[in-house]
Amino acid sequence: MGDTYKIAIVGSGPGGLSAAAHAAKSGVSHVLLERTDHLSDTIYKYQKGKYVMATPDVLPLRADVTFSAGKRETILDNWNKQIEGVKANVRYKSDVTAVTKDGAVFKLKLADGAVIQAENVVLAIGLQGNLNKLRCEGADLPHVQYQLDDPDAYEAETIVVIGAGDAGIENAIALSKQNTVILINRSSEFARIKQGNLTLITNAIEKGDIQVYHSAETAKIEENAIILNTADGQARVVCDRIIARLGAAAPRKFVESCGIKFPNEDRTSLPEVSSTYESNVPGLYIIGALGGYPLIKQAMNQGYEVVEYIVGNPIAPADQPLLERKFAGLKPANVEDVLAEIREVIPVWHSLNPLQLREAMLDSDTHVLKTGATIFKRNDYTSSFFTVLRGTVGIQIDANDPSKVVTLGPGAFFGEMGLISGRRRSATVVAASDCVVFETPRRTMLKLVQSVDSVRRTLDQVAIMRQVQTHLAPGVPAADLMELVETAEIQKFKAGDVIFAQGDKGDHMHLIRSGSCTVSMRVGGKDVVLSYVPSGNYIGEMALLADMPRSATVKAAHNTETVCIKGDAFKSLLDRSPTLKANVEAKFRQRIKANEQMQKQPEAGNIIEFLIAQGVGEGTDVLLIDESLCVHCDNCEKACAETHGGISRLDREAGPTFATLHVPTSCRHCEHPHCMSDCPPNAIHRTPGGEVYIDDSCIGCGNCEQNCPYKVIQLAYPPDEKFNIFSWLLFGKGPAPGEAMTYKGNNGYDHGEKTKRAVKCDMCKGIPGGASCVRACPTGAALRVSPEEFMSVATLSG
Amino acid sequence: MHESILVYRNHRYLKWALVLAAVSVGIYLIDRPLGAPNGGTWLGYTLGCIAGGLMIWLAWFGIRKRRYGVGKVSLEDWLSAHIYLGTALALIATLHSGFQVGLNIHSILYVLMMVTIISGMVGLYFYVRYPLLLTENRKGLSTEVMLGQIAELDRDVRQIAMTMDDATNAAALKSTQDTIVGGTVFQQLRGFDEHCPTTMARHFVESSTSGDHGPQRRQLLTRLIRKEDLLKRIRRDVQLRCLLRVWLYVHVPFSVATLAALVTHVVTVFYYW
Repeated sequence: MGDTYKIAIVGSGPGGLSAAAHAAKSGVSHVLLERTDHLSDTIYKYQKGKYVMATPDVLPLRADVTFSAGKRETILDNWNKQIEGVKANVRYKSDVTAVTKDGAVFKLKLADGAVIQAENVVLAIGLQGNLNKLRCEGADLPHVQYQLDDPDAYEAETIVVIGAGDAGIENAIALSKQNTVILINRSSEFARIKQGNLTLITNAIEKGDIQVYHSAETAKIEENAIILNTADGQARVVCDRIIARLGAAAPRKFVESCGIKFPNEDRTSLPEVSSTYESNVPGLYIIGALGGYPLIKQAMNQGYEVVEYIVGNPIAPADQPLLERKFAGLKPANVEDVLAEIREVIPVWHSLNPLQLREAMLDSDTHVLKTGATIFKRNDYTSSFFTVLRGTVGIQIDANDPSKVVTLGPGAFFGEMGLISGRRRSATVVAASDCVVFETPRRTMLKLVQSVDSVRRTLDQVAIMRQVQTHLAPGVPAADLMELVETAEIQKFKAGDVIFAQGDKGDHMHLIRSGSCTVSMRVGGKDVVLSYVPSGNYIGEMALLADMPRSATVKAAHNTETVCIKGDAFKSLLDRSPTLKANVEAKFRQRIKANEQMQKQPEAGNIIEFLIAQGVGEGTDVLLIDESLCVHCDNCEKACAETHGGISRLDREAGPTFATLHVPTSCRHCEHPHCMSDCPPNAIHRTPGGEVYIDDSCIGCGNCEQNCPYKVIQLAYPPDEKFNIFSWLLFGKGPAPGEAMTYKGNNGYDHGEKTKRAVKCDMCKGIPGGASCVRACPTGAALRVSPEEFMSVATLSG
Repeated sequence: MHESILVYRNHRYLKWALVLAAVSVGIYLIDRPLGAPNGGTWLGYTLGCIAGGLMIWLAWFGIRKRRYGVGKVSLEDWLSAHIYLGTALALIATLHSGFQVGLNIHSILYVLMMVTIISGMVGLYFYVRYPLLLTENRKGLSTEVMLGQIAELDRDVRQIAMTMDDATNAAALKSTQDTIVGGTVFQQLRGFDEHCPTTMARHFVESSTSGDHGPQRRQLLTRLIRKEDLLKRIRRDVQLRCLLRVWLYVHVPFSVATLAALVTHVVTVFYYW
C-alpha cells in the first residue's frame, strides 16, 4: 500500500497518455496504468505501416504530447519519447480488475494483487481492449485470431476473414496479396463501410482475388476448417487461419462494477458523462472512445482537459476560440449562451449532445443578414443546409412572381431538398427580416443524419411535406396535405430495382426525391424504354387516375429515393383541390401522347437505355460525341490539355459507343459525386453552377480516383512552368513541345519534390465561354448535355 | 442537338456567302468598264481587296484552331464560315481577274488558290462522309480493342501451330510475326495488303491436303479467318483515318504558297503601276 495519488489514469491510449503527460508537466501526482508492456495498445495493434488520420482537421490539438497524421510507427515512437521526456509515471503490466470507492479515495485492484489509491480516476480504456469474440464452438482454437498485426507475415495460406466492416475488409485486401482469402459477410451486402473500401473490395471480388460468402454466419470452427450457415445450407470451408474482426464493445461488466450506470440495455450503448467528463460516480471520469469520442485528437484533448478539471481549473474546450470566431457577429457572442440558444430554438439541433453540437457548429458558417439579402438563388447547385436562429427568411415559391413568399421563422430549416436530391435549388430564399442563419455543409449533415436518429426523423417529415408541396401540389395549404404526408413513406431503390412493374395493381404513386428512373413498356415481346424521369417528378399516377393496372414498368436508373404516396390519400386530395386535379390530368394526357410517340421510335428508347447503362443518368453535365460528325482530330483533348497545364482530363477515344453516340471518358459531374464521398482534406467541391472540381489542398491519396466508377480522375504531377521552345532547344529545359510532362522523362527532366495530385474535368470554370473541349470542336461533334435533355438527343439520333 | 458544320446555325454562313457572291456577280454584270473587265478597274480593285482580305482571314483559321480557351466564338462557327466564305472566294477571285488567264505571277496565284480551295472541298467531303463509315466499320470497338483481340488470336495461333507440321507452323508463325497494319502513307491509304501473311497462311491451311491434325486445323483456320476479318476492319479504319488527315498535306502547304503568291501579286501590281 503506497501513497495516494491525485489522479490514477487507467489505459494509456491517446486520451490516457495525454492526461498523464499533462499531469506530469503540471506537477500533479499521478499514475498511468497500462495493461500491456507498451503504450497505446490499440494503435500498437494497427496493421504495420497503417496511415493514421488526424481528423477532424479544424479541431486544434491541445496536449503536452504532439500528434499529426502519419504512419503508425512514427506516431508510436514519438509518443514513447515524449512520455519519457515529461517523466510521466507509467506502470506497465498493470491490469486493473476492480475500482472501489472508499470514502473520498478510490482503490484500484490490479491483477498482480497490488492496490493503488487515488483521489480521482480517469477511465481511458477505450473499446478495443474488449474485442467482440466469436460465440461458437471452437472459437478458442489456436488458428483463430481477432487482430492482424502484419499482413505480410503470412504467405500462401488460405485465410478466412470474418466480418465485413472496414477493419475486416482492410485486412482481407492486405492479405489477398500473397494468400487465398475468403471473406464472410453476415449481411447480404457491404452496408456500413467506407466508400473507398467498398471500391477496393468490389474490385478485388471482380478480379477473383477475394471470395465472399454473403448472408453467412459461423456455425462451428474445426481444427483446419470453418462451418458456415449460409442461405443455401451449411458449407465447410477448409482453411489455415481464421481472422475475426467483429468490432468492439464497452467492457460493460467492468465499467458497471465501478458503479457507473449505462443509459440503456443496448449492447452498443455507452455511459453518459457530464461536460467535464465526470461520470455518475463523483471523482470518476471517462474520456475517449468509452465516452463516445473515438477520434485520437478528441481523446487527447479530453485527456488534457480532464486533468485541468480535476485540479479545479474549468478551462474552455479546445475549440472555444474557433467557435468564438464563428459567433463573433452575434450579440451576445458568448459561446455558451449561443449554443444554449441554438439548442433551445432549433429543434433539429435539440437532440445532439454538447460535443456533437459544437462539432456541427464548427463546420457551419454563421450568416448575419440584413432584410432582403439573398441566401441562395433558384437553380444554384449548392447543397448546404440552413437553420434559422433569429429573424425570418422568405422562400419564393413561384419563379415568375417573387412576391409569392412562404416565411420561415426561428427554429425552421431549409435547403434540405438540395441536400437530398443533389439537383439545383428549387426556389430562391431571401432574408425576410434581419436574421441569423447557420449554413451547415452537406457532409456534416449526412454524418449527423446517419448517426443521430432524431435528426433524420425530423428532416424526413418536413422534407416530405416540402417535396409534396413543391413538386406535386404547389399552392395547396399544408393542412390539406397532412393526411397524404402522414401516410407517405420514403422508399429506397438501387440501380436496376423495379419500382413497379407493368400489369401490377396501381394503389400508390411515387414522388422521386433523389436519383432518377426509366419508364419502359413491353411491346411485341421486347422492352422499349419510353422515358427518363429525373428527381422532382412523380410517377405512377396514371394507373391511379384511370383505375387500371400499371401500363409501364419503372426502374431506378441508379440509387433512388422516392416518397411513396398512398392512392386513397392522393385521390381524396384531388377531390378537394380542383386546380390540382386539372394539372395532374393535363400532365396525364401529355404523358400518354409522349409515350405513344416514343413507341413509334424504339431506337430512341434504346439510346436512353444505353446512356443510363453508362451511368449518365446520375450526371448533371455529360460530354457526348456524335460519331457521325467526329473527324477524330483530337482537338478536344488538345484544348483540354492546353487549358489545364498540359494534362487532358478527357479521353475521347475511350468509352462505349451506341449507334453513333459516343460517351468518352470524361467527368459527368454526378448529382451525388462519388469522388466527394471520401476525400480526407475535403478538397473536392461543387460550384453553384454544378461543376465538381478539386482544389489545391489535394494530398494525392487517390481515394477519388478509386471511388469514381467512370475512371475520369487521374493522378498527375502538378503543371510545371511552361518553358518556351528556345529554352528547350538551347538549354534542354522542360519537356519538348507536345511531349507530356512525365516524371524523369527525356532530358532527365525531373519533378523534384512534387507529389502527384488528383486532376479531373472542372468544366473550364474560370475560363470565360465554357468548356474548352466543346468550343474547340471544329465539326460540332462534341456536346455537353444534362440528362434532362436526353429526350431531344435520343429523338434526334433515333 | 448535334449540328453539322454544313447546316450550322440554320445555314448562317451559307447565307453570308450567297449574299456576297450575288452582290459581286450583280455588280460585275452591271459594270461597264473601259475595255475588258480586269483587276485594274474600280470594281477589280474592290473585288481584289475583298479576295485578298478573305485569303488572309481564311489562313488565320490555322492559328485560331490552335488557340484554346480564348474568344467568344466557337470553333464550329469559324469552320462553318471558313468553308462557305472560302468557296465564295473562288468566285470573287475569278470575277476580280475578269476571266483573264496568262502565264504570269498573277495566274500562278490564281492556280495556287484554286488548288487550296478544291483540296478544301475534298477535305469537306471526307469530313462529311467518312466519320459515319468509320463508326460503322468499328462496330463499337476501338482500334485498341481490335488490336488487343488480334494479339490474343496470335497467341492462340502460335499455340495451336506448335503441335502441327512444320510447313503449317511456319505459315502460321509468319502470320503472327510479319503481318503489318499501316506503314507509309500509301500503304495506309490502300487499305489492304495483297501480300498479307495472314491471308497467305489462311490459304495455305485451307488448301493443305495432309489429313493429320483435323481438329487443330479447323481451330487454326477459324482463328485465322477471325484475324483476317479484324485486319480488314483495322486496315479500313487506318485508311479512313488517314483520308481524314491526308488532304491537309495539300491544303495547308498550298494555302501558305497562296499567301506568298498573294504578297508577290500585290507588290508587282503596285511596282508596275
